[in-house]
Amino acid sequence: MCLGVPGRVVEIHGEDLGRTARVDFGGVEQVVSLAYVPEVQVGDYTIVHVGFAITRLDEAAALETLDLFAELGAGDEPGTTEPSP
Amino acid sequence: MADVAGPAADPATWSCPLPLRDHDTVVLGHGGGGRLSAELVEHLFLPAFGGADPAGLHDAAVVEAGGARLAFSTDSYVVRPLFFPGGNIGHLAVHGTINDVAMAGATPLFLSTAFIVEEGLPLEVLGRVAEAMGEAARLAGVRLVTGDTKVVDQGHGDGLFVTTAGVGLVPPGVHIGPDRARPGDAVIVSGSIGRHGIAVLSVREGLEFGTVVESDTAPLHGLVAAMLAAAPGVHVLRDPTRGGLAATLNEIAASSAVGVEIAERAVPVPPEVRAACGFLGLDPYAVANEGVLVAFVDPASVDAVVGAMQDHPQGRGAAVIGRVTDAHPGVVAAVTAIGGTRIVDLPLGEQLPRIC
Amino acid sequence: MRYLDEFNDPALARRLLDDVHRATTRPWAIMEVCGGQTHSIVRHGIDQLLPEAIELIHGPGCPVCVTPLEVIDRALAIASRPEVVFCSFGDMLRVPGSEHDLLTVKSRGGDVRVVYSPLDALALAEAEPDRQVVLFAIGFETTAPANALAVLQAHQRGVTNFSVLVSHVLVPPAVTAILASPSCRVQAFLLAGHVCSVMGTGQYAPLVRQHRVPMVVTGFEPLDVLEGIRRAVLQLESGRAELENAYPRAVRDEGNEAARRVLADVFEVCDRTWRGIGTIPASGLRLAEPYRRLDAEARFDVGAIRTGESPLCRSGEVLQGLITPHECEAFGTRCTPRAPLGATMVSGEGACAAYYRYRRLDQPVAAPGRGG
Repeated sequence: MCLGVPGRVVEIHGEDLGRTARVDFGGVEQVVSLAYVPEVQVGDYTIVHVGFAITRLDEAAALETLDLFAELGAGDEPGTTEPSP
Repeated sequence: MADVAGPAADPATWSCPLPLRDHDTVVLGHGGGGRLSAELVEHLFLPAFGGADPAGLHDAAVVEAGGARLAFSTDSYVVRPLFFPGGNIGHLAVHGTINDVAMAGATPLFLSTAFIVEEGLPLEVLGRVAEAMGEAARLAGVRLVTGDTKVVDQGHGDGLFVTTAGVGLVPPGVHIGPDRARPGDAVIVSGSIGRHGIAVLSVREGLEFGTVVESDTAPLHGLVAAMLAAAPGVHVLRDPTRGGLAATLNEIAASSAVGVEIAERAVPVPPEVRAACGFLGLDPYAVANEGVLVAFVDPASVDAVVGAMQDHPQGRGAAVIGRVTDAHPGVVAAVTAIGGTRIVDLPLGEQLPRIC
Repeated sequence: MRYLDEFNDPALARRLLDDVHRATTRPWAIMEVCGGQTHSIVRHGIDQLLPEAIELIHGPGCPVCVTPLEVIDRALAIASRPEVVFCSFGDMLRVPGSEHDLLTVKSRGGDVRVVYSPLDALALAEAEPDRQVVLFAIGFETTAPANALAVLQAHQRGVTNFSVLVSHVLVPPAVTAILASPSCRVQAFLLAGHVCSVMGTGQYAPLVRQHRVPMVVTGFEPLDVLEGIRRAVLQLESGRAELENAYPRAVRDEGNEAARRVLADVFEVCDRTWRGIGTIPASGLRLAEPYRRLDAEARFDVGAIRTGESPLCRSGEVLQGLITPHECEAFGTRCTPRAPLGATMVSGEGACAAYYRYRRLDQPVAAPGRGG
């Protein structure tokens, strides 16, 4: 369910439930509602679903997750399973 | 295909490959270049017209006349809006038919055109489209030699529909067709995919989004000539317009009764196209192109052909994206970026933006 | 950080996969609740890269698939009315009702339009005051706040030609129903990340405790899905049953308070029928009293709706994870995306469509094609 795409807030207009933003999805821009993410500021990344920002993406948490992945199996021989083509 | 030879207009008799019983009226998907379009041709038009072998169907027919081999093609252009980033309906009408002729390996020579105009269309708009067509033909070295105009009542058209037909000469010794792919052939695309479809969607009413993506609309016969001059092993050429790369690869796999395997990492999808497809929930492989071709080339000729393509303005981004296999005939498979595999299916019809 | 490429990295995917292979010693059945994750799993071929001992069961988290036939038929009837502009997300246009779909209604002259955002439908109503604009408000907790805001704004601005046909569904009651089923084989759940972005994670803690089943809040990119699976396997192998958040960049425990506030104002919880599954108590949302005048069901009298589901379709069992799509006899033969018998074959997220589109290579189903 719920196709959600990360994008970066470029410009903010309006206030409260009428707050909207121009959001850049990597070379493609769309106007989305910021009604539900009052904390989001220009430069923040957010997940957008049906034209609504539903959450602010937390960069520190993202980096922590990626670090965890990078540490997995560190020191082991790589490729203990089927090699990728 | 013998079981489809009966009275074709009755949907109840359509039995191959799948029963077509969900629509008793024409729906938009019948013009989407996917499975519905293919079935309409196979089950309604071919039996009515008689003769043609579906496996040999091509965007252009190659016919012999007066000792020459002619490639002959026709296409109608309906696009909303008429003007979009990178071109307009006039460019499409000229480039599209030139490309259909070129995909038979032919040198396009003459075009005809017909306009169906909705009452109320500003003459200035028709003028800009006509100028675009004239300029596109001149630049391509092709002559617009005959035409026709009809006007329909307001509300009975979508502003402007343009039809073009084209003929070209197939050089001696050139034999190209969608049924000629062989196991071992390399699959090549001439450049990045998805730009035309995304450029048009970006200005579609109700869906507007900002993007730098422009339509790739361009004539490809010069590129084809360069490829044919470089090496003898070009087996199949096709421009992946409606239905995109996915439809084209599936059609060739089916026509040639071979399997196709592509590496997703090798397919050039511009970041902007990927981004637009991401938030609309579309598959970039099913998005239309107007200035890209797909070639199936003998392994011995690959390096020469790719080299010639990269030296040509329309083929700078040429890349080998996969190969033909004798496993899973008729099926297109993709190796995903993380090493899994999936099927690339023939798109059903028009792609619809989705939320989930 | 762009939050996309980083979570599609093949080398990191390999590390995650290696860790899953190392950790797995026994067979485990894990359900990804969300259709978006089903899509990601088949789109990237993730299931084929996992140890054979791990079975992924595709859950009922596709709003298109579970929208009841009665509601689809009502939508078709409303969309066929001459005064109506019927606005829908693209997903719903091909979903079969008892006799046809919204695309067929459109081809017969119905004014059916695809919208990207619910607010676009409201804008349309304000731009065309002589027409009755109806929004098909489907979806889970992620989509409901967007539809709720369209309702709230229509109400506040006194827009009289806008209404909504509501068929919202909720995830936790569905998970509860699956766990309560005597035939339940699910040993761990991957929870729907974006639903949790809105609703938070608190609703699942009692389920984890009561049923002693691991639940992992999971995202949608390939690395996210792999991490959800990895954490579920680690819990299962060590005999733990905990609620974990493997998607912390997008999900806070408390969820999105602003969205939940508007949700609670505009909608109220009700019983809902899930297509293929049946009625689940307190599993849906309907308009709360102050907003009832925006209810399309009340506004348009379309008479009694008589539904007829295909007797061949086993989508209910697929949705509950009791069978995989290709175990259905109609799969790929009588039932294809071209001529779907049930909604699971229609939606891009539906398990059947996902299997049909991406998995036929290793399924014993003939590949249809011209000249084939």
